[in-house]
Amino acid sequence: MASLAELCIVAVAEAFRTDRELIGTGIGPVPRLGVGLAKLTHSPGLMMTDGEAFLVEQPVPIGPRGYDDRKPAGYLPFSRFFDSAVWTGRRHAMVTPTQVDRFGQTNLSALGGTHAQPKTQMLGARGFPGNGIYHANSMFIPVHSARVFVAGEVDRISSPGYNPARRIAGGNYSAIDLKRIVTNLCVMDFGGPDHAVRVVTLHPGVTFAEVQAATGFDLIDAVAGETPLPTAEQLGIIEKLDPHGIRHSVLADNPPAQRSAS
Amino acid sequence: MSTLDKRMSAADIVSRLQSGMTLGIGGWGPRRKPMALVREILRSDLTDLTIVSYGGPDVGMLCAAGKVKKLIFAFVSLDAIPLEPWFRKSREAGAIEVLELDEGMFQWGLKAAAFQLPFLPTRVGLGTDLIELGGLKTVQSPYDDGEVLVAMPALNLDAALVHVQRCDHRGNVQALGPDTYYDEWFAKAAKECFVSCEELVPAMEDAYPQDARANLFERCFVTGVTEAKGGAHPTSLPPDYGWDMGWFKRYAAAAKDPGDWAAVAGQFVGASEAEYLASVGGMEAVGALPLPVF
Repeated sequence: MASLAELCIVAVAEAFRTDRELIGTGIGPVPRLGVGLAKLTHSPGLMMTDGEAFLVEQPVPIGPRGYDDRKPAGYLPFSRFFDSAVWTGRRHAMVTPTQVDRFGQTNLSALGGTHAQPKTQMLGARGFPGNGIYHANSMFIPVHSARVFVAGEVDRISSPGYNPARRIAGGNYSAIDLKRIVTNLCVMDFGGPDHAVRVVTLHPGVTFAEVQAATGFDLIDAVAGETPLPTAEQLGIIEKLDPHGIRHSVLADNPPAQRSAS
Repeated sequence: MSTLDKRMSAADIVSRLQSGMTLGIGGWGPRRKPMALVREILRSDLTDLTIVSYGGPDVGMLCAAGKVKKLIFAFVSLDAIPLEPWFRKSREAGAIEVLELDEGMFQWGLKAAAFQLPFLPTRVGLGTDLIELGGLKTVQSPYDDGEVLVAMPALNLDAALVHVQRCDHRGNVQALGPDTYYDEWFAKAAKECFVSCEELVPAMEDAYPQDARANLFERCFVTGVTEAKGGAHPTSLPPDYGWDMGWFKRYAAAAKDPGDWAAVAGQFVGASEAEYLASVGGMEAVGALPLPVF
């Protein structure tokens, strides 16, 4: 039986469905496996790196491997990442921010305190500001809770969203393109009025009320059914891309895709 | 005409730096950092530094040792240990000033400095807190579009430090490996750039002419060169050696217990570079560190 993590991987792949040629970046095991699955099934135009510097046509399996196992077909080092992938808009990234608000603004910088002395220092803004203003982005949130999906605004805005109060006259925000949020409970998008967050599919056995209760802002119920279960073909590809089973440790207790009746 | 002999010791290089300077440090997180030169700074009485870095253990150690007045950064990370523990301690104690940037804005600021421009325009930063917190200004396009853009200020460096595989005495460098990050722009953004290398050769054209395309930046940007075998340790220098995960774990653990840099600095810096290298097993051990996979 498929696991919830595998169901999420398939949902990630669906988020990356595209007819274009562009860099697909999934940060973390579930996003990366989802991009690989999309590339090997419905979206061959997707381009991926080995996580270091080279473009590969065969997605590199995650976890321990020989250094030279990856087969470079192209080159995309950090030294030209902004020139080629980010500032040209030819990328779709999926990341896991620490906080997300109703505008799609995210925080990877710091929690609480002040800018001079944060209560909790995190990574820093990394490339989030540029990603957000230049290309498509999605999110994977492994523990759907009001601590991540916060009321009001995030503590620090690392990447821009659809908040009119944060826009300056004359600025070009036209490339802000937030696609999907895949969580352990559901799939959401920004398709509501003024880009409000909607729930579009619920994972098997999850209710909209349960998702709303775990979210710090109001959600729109646009549920069009259950998030699809992985097919046997998809599970086979996922197994090849994750030979060490790292996906089994992403979600606490590795629950099955379908909740048992309780 | 000078002899163009740019050879100097690491101590000579650090003696040319002054407290209060703005120093750029090449590399990226736990990758190809000029750690031998950073260790030499940690052995010196330099202080009050403004550090400009895609931060890794260089930033964590300099913060822990109280060398840093201000940090200009987009992230500080050891990759496999995502949050740099000593940097976190400094930030959460309110011990350093910061200018937090996006990774792309950061290299844009280096390029502005290299081209001797006051700023370069970008959309990056719009809609985020970086503009207000960083005191960044905007600029309007003078053309018909009238677009308002962020004016990313030049990140002018008093000095830059980078580590490469090979140098000759005149400052011809070769940086091998799959990625050289923004080392080229650190070199060009600085008044003076000091380069440490795994191998100092008499003349690059005799030693490695076949690798001339690895000449990451021209020798006119190089003030001094020094040989430092294992000079990127504990960070990685593909294809020569990987990062030292055991070292990172000890370093991260020490941030909690004892949590006092003075008590552990000797272990992570060493009284001299020779002593440090010996303490981590010498070049035999460093050269055997597996290259990280991602």
